[in-house]
Amino acid sequence: MTKYFFHLIDRIKPSGRSVVIAVPFGFMLLFLMAPFLAVIKISFADLRMAIPPYSPLTSWVDGVLQIKLDFSHYGSVLSDSLYLGAYVKSVEVAVLTTFVCLLIGYPTAYLIARSNPTRRNLLMIGVMLPFWTSYLIRIYAWIGILKERGLLNSLLIWSHIIDQPLRIYHTNWGLYIGMVYSYLPYLILPLYAHLVKLDFKLLEAARDLGAKPWKVFVTVTLPLSRRGVVAGCLLVFIPAVGEYVIPALLGGADSLMIGGVMWDDFFNNADWPVAASAACAMVALLLIPMAWFQRTKMMELEGK
Amino acid sequence: MDNALSDKRHAQLDPSGSGHSFNGLKQFEQQVPRDAGADFVQIVDLVKKFGDATAVDVVNLSVAKGELFALLGSSGCGKSTLLRMMAGLETPTSGRILIEGQDLAQMPVHRRPTNMMFQSYALFPHMSVEANVAYGLKQERVRKTDREARVSEVLELVQMTAYRTRKPHQLSGGQQQRVALARSLIKRPKLLLLDEPMSALDKKIRQQTQFELGNILQKVGVTCVMVTHDQDEAMTMADRLAVMNQGRIVQIGAPEKVYEFPNCRFAADFIGSTNLFEGRLMEDESSVLECADLGTPVQLQSNVSDKQGTTVHFSIRPERLSISLHPIESSTNIAEGRIEEYAYMGSYTLFYIRMRTGKLVMVNVSRMTLKAFDHALAYSEPVYLSWDSDSLVIFDR
Repeated sequence: MTKYFFHLIDRIKPSGRSVVIAVPFGFMLLFLMAPFLAVIKISFADLRMAIPPYSPLTSWVDGVLQIKLDFSHYGSVLSDSLYLGAYVKSVEVAVLTTFVCLLIGYPTAYLIARSNPTRRNLLMIGVMLPFWTSYLIRIYAWIGILKERGLLNSLLIWSHIIDQPLRIYHTNWGLYIGMVYSYLPYLILPLYAHLVKLDFKLLEAARDLGAKPWKVFVTVTLPLSRRGVVAGCLLVFIPAVGEYVIPALLGGADSLMIGGVMWDDFFNNADWPVAASAACAMVALLLIPMAWFQRTKMMELEGK
Repeated sequence: MDNALSDKRHAQLDPSGSGHSFNGLKQFEQQVPRDAGADFVQIVDLVKKFGDATAVDVVNLSVAKGELFALLGSSGCGKSTLLRMMAGLETPTSGRILIEGQDLAQMPVHRRPTNMMFQSYALFPHMSVEANVAYGLKQERVRKTDREARVSEVLELVQMTAYRTRKPHQLSGGQQQRVALARSLIKRPKLLLLDEPMSALDKKIRQQTQFELGNILQKVGVTCVMVTHDQDEAMTMADRLAVMNQGRIVQIGAPEKVYEFPNCRFAADFIGSTNLFEGRLMEDESSVLECADLGTPVQLQSNVSDKQGTTVHFSIRPERLSISLHPIESSTNIAEGRIEEYAYMGSYTLFYIRMRTGKLVMVNVSRMTLKAFDHALAYSEPVYLSWDSDSLVIFDR
């Protein structure tokens, strides 16, 4: 009995470990959950011409507490083709961006992980170098490169590869170039971290046992770097869905993503409740891949 | 000690140089002549350079079918590079590797009739024991039923049937080693390569595993080349071994032969521990060495007629020296010293004797000998060391 008692005491009293965890946990609760709860609240409110531009959820009328939850915004978000189109477009852009990033990022991360340590560090600095400049400035720089009389077209015309300037700026091409460029490091970094830990001897063993190079990749390299792939893809996919700046600056008229629609609702239409509903729906959309990621992670931990 | 052997040693006493030059060619394989017909695995003039550094420097050797051959040397001597070249994991700078007369040079790793057991086993962590072992057969597209039968058979051989669904990290070091062995045996390679097979095991289970592994390999009858830095491992397991130093093979032979008759100072010192001395062949007498290290003339067993006046090196193993409290009249080879240090080693006691000349000499003394003395030996006590003429091994390099 006493043993269990002490055990209980041990479990109740704050250990150093729980204190250390409590700090970031509290931070997240305060600065992530609280604003998000406010957004959820707004999504159930009514639009009104006031400051703030939405009605309170609760009110006292003749001594009766009234709680009014307006679900109609969700209805309009889910039925309006503008929103549905924007969601589909967002997911489409995010999926394609993730795929292209993976296509470019995997070989890059692999080569960096396989090069000698001094060159490896140099290459990693190269991958992280863009972060030293503001994101917005880099996207504006791409406008300079991609626009009709921009760097790229001038160069191609000057070298007689083309005679008419390419239309990239304000098209889907511009959008994807900007997206892949911006999100590539987020895929390379976690993938590199996994690949650099991969024991090269395992690949040699596979070759020694008769596996052709591509078979070595499929049966050993890829399965052992799967967690890096999943982590990298989610780090690209999740923010890419809600991306606002790149479609607005580089994309065309058909590049309307959910971030842009929300911007319009918040700032042009001042329809906060609908914008908040759209935001909540997007979070719900993103929870699916995140839940899947958690599940694979758990399964892998159990497997070990 | 037969005369043929001493003659061979004398033939190597070449004052002009290293002994590496022979008819203008580098050749290190004095013991085993190159006989193309009978050799299962042949390595001919193999060289591997990494930039300016030469890892393997003109190696020639041959391994007979069914033989367990050990490459022995300290780290960085080129033994692992040599093994990796056999597996195809490194490309030779020049030279040839032949198995049954077939040159492997142009053959990619995955087509070679060799399999390797890696130093840290390199088991695939994401696959079960079964999947690890079956991997090689899957690449060969062996039918599923055949594959399963062969996996069962080889797991039975290494006694790991009960663990077939486990993952590698759920196994002990010894079990992992057996899975690695099963995985490298399942394709029935013509040549099995073992890279430091015992280095990842505890010292205690290492010895037992040496016998187990040896037994399995013998049962299978596969030809093996093993790399090790542990001379005990090479001695217990190998049929023949090659001592390597700085990318070259210093000596090839059966373990007991290399131990008893090392052909150079390096081999003598590397295989077991030994006492190395320097001596000068006397001008007038061809069978006596002047030895400044021992402070006494050393009687040789046979004449060394053509090398008078030259400096030679010789070794006497610690177990070949006897210790006595008084000079033995009958013995011609005797030297005086004082006990400087001793250590109880279990089956024997290791004495360090400081000779009058200042040279420190190791002597293994058995318990029986110590018992025969009328008192327990103490530090600084004067003692006499004596040895038979046939305990000496002479070399010129």
